Amino acid sequence: MENYLQAKGRIFDIQKYSIHDGPGIRTIVFLKGCALRCRWCCNPEGQLYDIHPMMFNGKEKIVGQDVTVDEVLSVIAEDDFYYRRSGGGVTLSGGECLNQPDFAPHLLRACHELGYNTAIETTGFQKWEIIEKYLEHLDYVLMDIKHIDSAKHREFTGVPNELILENARRIAESGKAELIIRTPVIPTFNDTPEEIHAIAEFAASLPGVTKHHLLPYHRLGQGKYEGLNRGYGMGDIEPPDNKHMEMLLKVAERSGLHCQIGG
Amino acid sequence: MKKYNSADVPESPRIKLLIEDLFREMPQIESDRAVLITESYKQTENLPIIKRRALAFEHILENIPITIRSRELIVGSATKAPRSCQTFPEYSFEWLEAELDTVEFREADPFHISEEDKAALRRIFPYWKNKTTSELASAYMAPETKLAIEHNMFTPGNYFYNGVGHYTVDYGKIIRVGYKGIIAEIEKEMEKQDFADADYAERREFLESALISCKAVINYARRYSDLAADMAADCSDPVRKQELLTISANCAKVPENPAENFYEACQTFWFIQMLLQTESSGHSISPGRFDQYMYPLYREGIDSGTLTREFAQELIDCIWVKLNDLNKVRDAASAEGFAGYSLFQNLCAGGQTKEGLDATNDLSFMCIQASMHTQLPAPSFSVRIWNGTPNEFMVKCAALTRTGVGLPAYYNDEVIIPSLMSRGVSLEDARDYNIIGCVEPQAPHKTHGWHDAAFFNMCRPLELVFSNGVDEGVQIGLRTGDINSFLSFEDFFGAYEAQMHYMIKLMVNANNAIDVAHRVRCPLPYAATMVEDCIGRAKTMEEGGAVYNFTGPQGFGIANMTDALYAIKELVFEKHLYTLADFKEAMIHNFGEPIAPKGAQRLTKQVVNELVKAGVKVTDKQISEVCRTFLINETPADKKSKYSRLREMIDDCPKYGNNIEEVDLFARRVAYVYTKELEKYKNPRGGIFHAGLYPVSANVPLGEQTGATPDGRLMATPIADGVGPRSGYDVKGPTAAANSVAMLDHGIASNGTLYNQKFHPSALSGITGLQNFVSYIRSYFDQKGMHMQFNVVNRDTLLDAQEHPEKYKSLVVRVAGYSALFTTLSRSLQDDIIKRTEQTFGG
Repeated sequence: MENYLQAKGRIFDIQKYSIHDGPGIRTIVFLKGCALRCRWCCNPEGQLYDIHPMMFNGKEKIVGQDVTVDEVLSVIAEDDFYYRRSGGGVTLSGGECLNQPDFAPHLLRACHELGYNTAIETTGFQKWEIIEKYLEHLDYVLMDIKHIDSAKHREFTGVPNELILENARRIAESGKAELIIRTPVIPTFNDTPEEIHAIAEFAASLPGVTKHHLLPYHRLGQGKYEGLNRGYGMGDIEPPDNKHMEMLLKVAERSGLHCQIGG
Repeated sequence: MKKYNSADVPESPRIKLLIEDLFREMPQIESDRAVLITESYKQTENLPIIKRRALAFEHILENIPITIRSRELIVGSATKAPRSCQTFPEYSFEWLEAELDTVEFREADPFHISEEDKAALRRIFPYWKNKTTSELASAYMAPETKLAIEHNMFTPGNYFYNGVGHYTVDYGKIIRVGYKGIIAEIEKEMEKQDFADADYAERREFLESALISCKAVINYARRYSDLAADMAADCSDPVRKQELLTISANCAKVPENPAENFYEACQTFWFIQMLLQTESSGHSISPGRFDQYMYPLYREGIDSGTLTREFAQELIDCIWVKLNDLNKVRDAASAEGFAGYSLFQNLCAGGQTKEGLDATNDLSFMCIQASMHTQLPAPSFSVRIWNGTPNEFMVKCAALTRTGVGLPAYYNDEVIIPSLMSRGVSLEDARDYNIIGCVEPQAPHKTHGWHDAAFFNMCRPLELVFSNGVDEGVQIGLRTGDINSFLSFEDFFGAYEAQMHYMIKLMVNANNAIDVAHRVRCPLPYAATMVEDCIGRAKTMEEGGAVYNFTGPQGFGIANMTDALYAIKELVFEKHLYTLADFKEAMIHNFGEPIAPKGAQRLTKQVVNELVKAGVKVTDKQISEVCRTFLINETPADKKSKYSRLREMIDDCPKYGNNIEEVDLFARRVAYVYTKELEKYKNPRGGIFHAGLYPVSANVPLGEQTGATPDGRLMATPIADGVGPRSGYDVKGPTAAANSVAMLDHGIASNGTLYNQKFHPSALSGITGLQNFVSYIRSYFDQKGMHMQFNVVNRDTLLDAQEHPEKYKSLVVRVAGYSALFTTLSRSLQDDIIKRTEQTFGG
């Protein structure tokens, strides 16, 4: 693109001082639209690409906004001091940031040019040719591996996992960005030792991968479903307790990876 | 090899026990000092005031009961009961006389007082009539000033009712040379005098008084030596017996002689610290750079193998506990403004040496450790951060912050040093700065800083713009014109500046009147022996003996005034949606909302006063009906919706604290209205005025005296804290808020700025959390922020503490510049702390 700073994309939030999605103090840009429908998703307002209203704290608000790289960059640059002091930078999340290939790679490039390191937080569900465009400008890829069993993956997220697993391997083999595997630990879905073990073993088999993060399920997004007039797919399921998480951590560590609870 | 040993040192079991003893009972008011000073004053009526002060000090130290508390290693107690206080009738007594029967039951900082002590105080109070500093100060003030104070435009009450305090004396020198050394210095000055010198009389009186004071202290320490020896003789526990014998030996030797080991230095330190607070009732007597002046004897002890790190830590911990043994009773109104029984004894670690090298040493880390061990409000513990501060030191500070004790407060050398130099402090002295009281920087043992000189409420002059200078029916401000006469925002802003400048002038008048009253009635010969260049000039600090002299009154309300003036600019002068008259009407009606009880009380008083003035007789029943009307504030529905619509429009205007450059630059301009004007004025000690921007905790009680403001703030509710954004209006997270605050000119506020942040502990979890937190502070400091401090508590903890105070007796929170016990704060201040935007951090 001639003037990549004018490339347009669609976002629904920018969150400053994020310290759990990549190193240091970061700004997360949430891109709109996602192909998956994970039942536990805590950002359901990011799933649709369309711009639409939702109720928030008793008031209607519009979710989604079309922006240029330049506009987002000026917000990101406000925390310049914090990135430099903490070794932080910018993380693209969503929604699914891989779904905006005419915008997100330009934004990542612009961040690199300002000296900020870059990360994406992704499902990995996208064509390889598109992912390659992102990798040029990425330092970290935080990628979810939610389940090894494709049928169960499909049941809970709406899509099978073959493409995801393949992409994980190709990202790892490319050696272009540090790949960190993340697993949301969801009761009734993947919270048995066997399931976590299988994911950890897969992660350990990827060349260059050294880290596996287990992210305990939380219900903080529950209210948003109400605001969107949608049912909450997780019902009254409780978050896993610390003891259970510690046990799963031990299981995951058997793979030889550096594992941790939380990002 | 590292320049310091940062390893954790375990806590001695003694410390917990000392703390338990300290907090067992409610603090008490004791009458001994007041009785003794009265006895002495009655004997010395014909002598010069300086001599009378010295003789009174001597008389007190000879006769005041002394006590060694169980398990103490460092001795010297100002009162028989722990955590209790003496009183100081020479400054003021009327409020105490009026509150003797109620002080035990008041909400903020209650004290028990025995019937015996009450009777003793009642006997001596009549002597002090017309002899106090406050009465003299009153006499010196212009009538316009008194009127403005009556109307709560500003409150110089701290020094009006009490001693001044707010200094750091030369602890290191006394440790090195002992009072023996000081006495030699004084005697040398005496020898230099010639009988025919023009200033012979005054110099002589000063020097003799200084001498009396030093000798009084030496004798006081000997009393402790004797007491310890007596107790040792009666002690059956061999371990304690040995401890008492060592205490006895220490007190026989110091502070008269130079301290020769770390333990002796600690004892010297403590006698100075405690006795300064017996000489006068001034608070914020700040230990300053403890890690620097205590270091030589620590190093020597460790290197020679005569001192272990464990014992050194135990002694430091003991000092931390002792600092909480001192207390002070204030009048009920001031107690709310300085809530939490705080004496603001600020102790500082880290920073740079006079030569500009990093000053961090073992003791810097051990000071942090002591605050971790004791988890008490005192000392107000500050750390100095500069570009060369080791990361390790900051991470350890962050770990202390994470405990939720509200300590340390972080200060930025890179702003403060040039700021002090801009006020005439030398490079070396500026590099050696420490923090006084809440947040005020000064060159130690060379400065009489008069920090904390008054609270100036920046919201009140704006009220006067709307009323053309009239408050509660009285013309107290300038006639800046009818609000309908302002044709542009600049006109309007000019009127605000004019009201501000007039009130600043009156405040200067008040401060200078009080300043002179202290010079005339309460010069302090003992403190003068330890502050440069008092002995050389033969003057007390009150008379201008210190090298540097300042007066630093603090303004607060920047966030409210920024949001208020910005809303007016946008809604009235740019978008033309409302008129100033609309604002005025809505504000008078509190935007249609119910009025807080304190506000209703104030309005009722106003109505009743007006009726009485008009000759109408008002019954109690009528008064309560008027008050009820205000409480309910029944506004007709159409008016009410009009007012609340305006309030919504105000809410939608851009707000300070969200990293919006235009608004933040506007805040900078608003702050200049206070800071730049103040620079013009001089004080009677030959120094200048300079501004601080912080309210301690007065933003709550003084908010109760303030009507609704154009930022949508309701009548009688708190004003924003420090230089921070208004509670709940910084919605873009901690980095955006800090960026906004950093846009103010902190350097010009050389008397200190205060930025409080509340964090949830999850933001500091793990070493990564601490590291990111450190980076956060560094980034604020990179942008020339001056000070930062944090409450790390969760909301639920605070709510539960309100419901079950008994479970949270030792819960410490940081309230604007100092730490206080949460349960001792008034309910409204507790609410304010809870309401302050909780900064949540992802994950």
